[in-house]
Amino acid sequence: MKKINFFKKGQISDARLLLTITIGIFVLMYVSAIIFLGGGFTHAQQIFDMLNYNSSFIIVACGLTIVMIGGGIDISVGAVTSLVVMACIKYLNPVYSETGEKLSGEGNIFAALLIALGIGLAFGLVQGFLISYLEIQPFIVTLAGMFFARGMTTIISIKPMKIEHESFSKIMDARIEIPWLGYTARNGNTIPARVEYGVVIALIVLIVVFLILKYMRLGRCFYAIGGNQQSALMLGINVKKTRFLSYVICGLLSGISGFVLMMHSGSANATNAQGMEMSAIAASIIGGTLLTGGVGNVAGTFFGVLTLTTITQIVVSSGFNDLALQNVTIGGMLGFFIILQSIILTRRNRKKTG
Amino acid sequence: MDGKELLTMRHIKKQFPGVLALNDVDFTLRKGEIHALMGENGAGKSTLIKILTGVYQMDEGEVRIEGEKVSIHSPQAAQNSGISTVYQEITLCPNLTVAENMFIGRDNSLFSNRKKYEKRADELLKQLEIPAKSTQQLGRCSLAIQQMVAIARAVDMKCKVLILDEPTSSLDDKEVNMLFKLMRNLKSEGVGIIFVTHFLEQVYEVSDRITVLRNGELVGEYLTEELPQVELVSKMIGKALDELNSLGDPDETKKVSDEVFYEAEGLSSENALPFDFKIHKGEVNGFTGLLGSGRSESVRAIFGADKVTGGKIKIKGAQVKITKPIDAMKHGIGYLAEDRKRDGIIAELSVRENIILALQVMNGFFKPISRSESEAFADEYIKVLQIKTANRETPVGSLSGGNQQKVILARWLLTHPDYLILDEPTRGIDVGTKLEIQKLVLKLAEEGVSVTFISSEIEEMLRTCSRLIVMRDRHIVGELKGKELNQVQVMKTIAGGEA
Repeated sequence: MKKINFFKKGQISDARLLLTITIGIFVLMYVSAIIFLGGGFTHAQQIFDMLNYNSSFIIVACGLTIVMIGGGIDISVGAVTSLVVMACIKYLNPVYSETGEKLSGEGNIFAALLIALGIGLAFGLVQGFLISYLEIQPFIVTLAGMFFARGMTTIISIKPMKIEHESFSKIMDARIEIPWLGYTARNGNTIPARVEYGVVIALIVLIVVFLILKYMRLGRCFYAIGGNQQSALMLGINVKKTRFLSYVICGLLSGISGFVLMMHSGSANATNAQGMEMSAIAASIIGGTLLTGGVGNVAGTFFGVLTLTTITQIVVSSGFNDLALQNVTIGGMLGFFIILQSIILTRRNRKKTG
Repeated sequence: MDGKELLTMRHIKKQFPGVLALNDVDFTLRKGEIHALMGENGAGKSTLIKILTGVYQMDEGEVRIEGEKVSIHSPQAAQNSGISTVYQEITLCPNLTVAENMFIGRDNSLFSNRKKYEKRADELLKQLEIPAKSTQQLGRCSLAIQQMVAIARAVDMKCKVLILDEPTSSLDDKEVNMLFKLMRNLKSEGVGIIFVTHFLEQVYEVSDRITVLRNGELVGEYLTEELPQVELVSKMIGKALDELNSLGDPDETKKVSDEVFYEAEGLSSENALPFDFKIHKGEVNGFTGLLGSGRSESVRAIFGADKVTGGKIKIKGAQVKITKPIDAMKHGIGYLAEDRKRDGIIAELSVRENIILALQVMNGFFKPISRSESEAFADEYIKVLQIKTANRETPVGSLSGGNQQKVILARWLLTHPDYLILDEPTRGIDVGTKLEIQKLVLKLAEEGVSVTFISSEIEEMLRTCSRLIVMRDRHIVGELKGKELNQVQVMKTIAGGEA
């Protein structure tokens, strides 16, 4: 017979437990990298580089976490990011005639930002509408969205493009320098830590999404519909609208992600950000978001991104500069995390009913 | 107790295609009263509840709350008129906190005011004496607590009428007592509670009044203390005791062999309490009891359809292990499920494919039954059982209920079982087919097959079974055979107590 389950002190929710595990594993991994590999890992710049390279990835992963908490999935995010980069660079670059004559001037950066947001929003609105109101499978809708966005990217330009825009190039090269986190090079010069502006945007997005999920009514409704859709309906939540908004936000974040990726790389090609959606799903899952919905946290997703990147860095630093090995390691880690999650959750649940 | 009339439903009528679900039913709930709504399957109580909660619209009649006429056209409208429902299935979000479950979806503010909600929730939990904390994740609370949180939500929404639909079916005794305490608390605050349950003892423990429905009609409203349990049962089943006494006994005592086919000792499953049971070769026995008394759960345990949690099983005297349906099938046990739509037929597959399914599973999937063989089997049983189907390749979903049932029966007969469990095989099928199935059961028994037969219709069971096992509130409370096999005795045993 089960006892009445009185609350025990220190009993933590499933979500928080998963987050703790993720942070713990990340710290463990990083510390062992410092001990065994040393080198770059001892510098703060290592962390900042991880952020510099992954600012757009963090943003995309935040969007995907929202959708996954709501019980959905969006695999179009990588393709939309790539489309945004291509469209913005096409717009920003001056147009030359065949003889090399300049036909038009450079585009406006602010307008480029609007294009980025507009593309992301459009994908979010259409996919969200199809999924929420017409009740089509999210996987299929966003799969179609993914092909569509990839196709559009190629239509804009089949050739890789590089940004040729004076003031945008300045933004690209701009860095925030943090001297006290720098390190002393062999020649005695102090090299400050350098952070790209994209990282700032990514962190702002991260904090905003965190606040939405934690403190806004809408955020709590994402959890409710992901936890139990039928119950959410009975509790008086507008399930369709809530789900719709989760895809709209995710789409919008894909737009921002594209803009940030452009700020980082300054170039576009048709295979940009390929596989980013899968990595973002992986980061969310490692960060404790359940694919079944209702549980998750962007703080976890952030550490998920860091964990994935650290794995890559460790593999590279160990001298195996081999993509295959990286993927195998990431695959193994992901499997490990998922098994760990499910073991912990089932054990806890068994305790509850046993 | 004679409080003001809180809710009055008058001349409620609801017609479904082919069925008059409610015919001129009245229902009255007073302030500060716990009112049990009783009735067997198809009596109309769930239809009545659904009209009250805005899931169905009534065709005729009126509903008044505190004298004012209300129109309940949606679940939202019901809540706004002060009618809240707590369903058997918890309709809360397990991944949110207790406080959030009490307040989410109730306002349109931009931010979720966590602190305020938690404070209010803690106050309410304390006031209602619910042992939970507002910041706890709901899924980590026991089912009883979850149910109480749902009630607390309803209370905070200023509900006047609280409907509890089978709230106790998944709770243990201690939890039931906690729930009852909460119900009494609410009652003293003037809330009117409609209590739907099939546990007779619980009705007598908490309710003040009982309304009985039968076949969509009102049988009557009674004060609980003035209605003996046995009379309640006869009102629910619809036979007066005197009328039954005059019927006389079905005299013939059916003979059974001494050989015991199946014997279980202390068998229990996740849904069934431990029980002992045995059946002889060629015997037809039955499990009877009111809906929810545990009769289906018991036979499901025998077949291994629910997770078996304990007990010793012997087949033909040899100890065996049956934990999964396939184990049971390998020992020659067949089971025709109560809900043929959910557990039985596969509507998209053809008659032929449905018929050979069980045999195929027994053979293993690497030894497929050849097409011609399966066609021969299908044709044979379509003929023997007179299944009315266009041809053997017709999808089963397009057949009538009775014929679907025959298809499932054919499926099990094809495996040549030694022991067949039939759970409500005659529900929802026409009288002619019912008789055919009863005859078939008796014929099988003559051929040496043991059969366990369950039906809501006691007469049907008396006609077919030579031994009846009576269940009440999930326990076996009696075993009737020979002369005891008559309606009066059955009903007395079901009701229990004196009388």
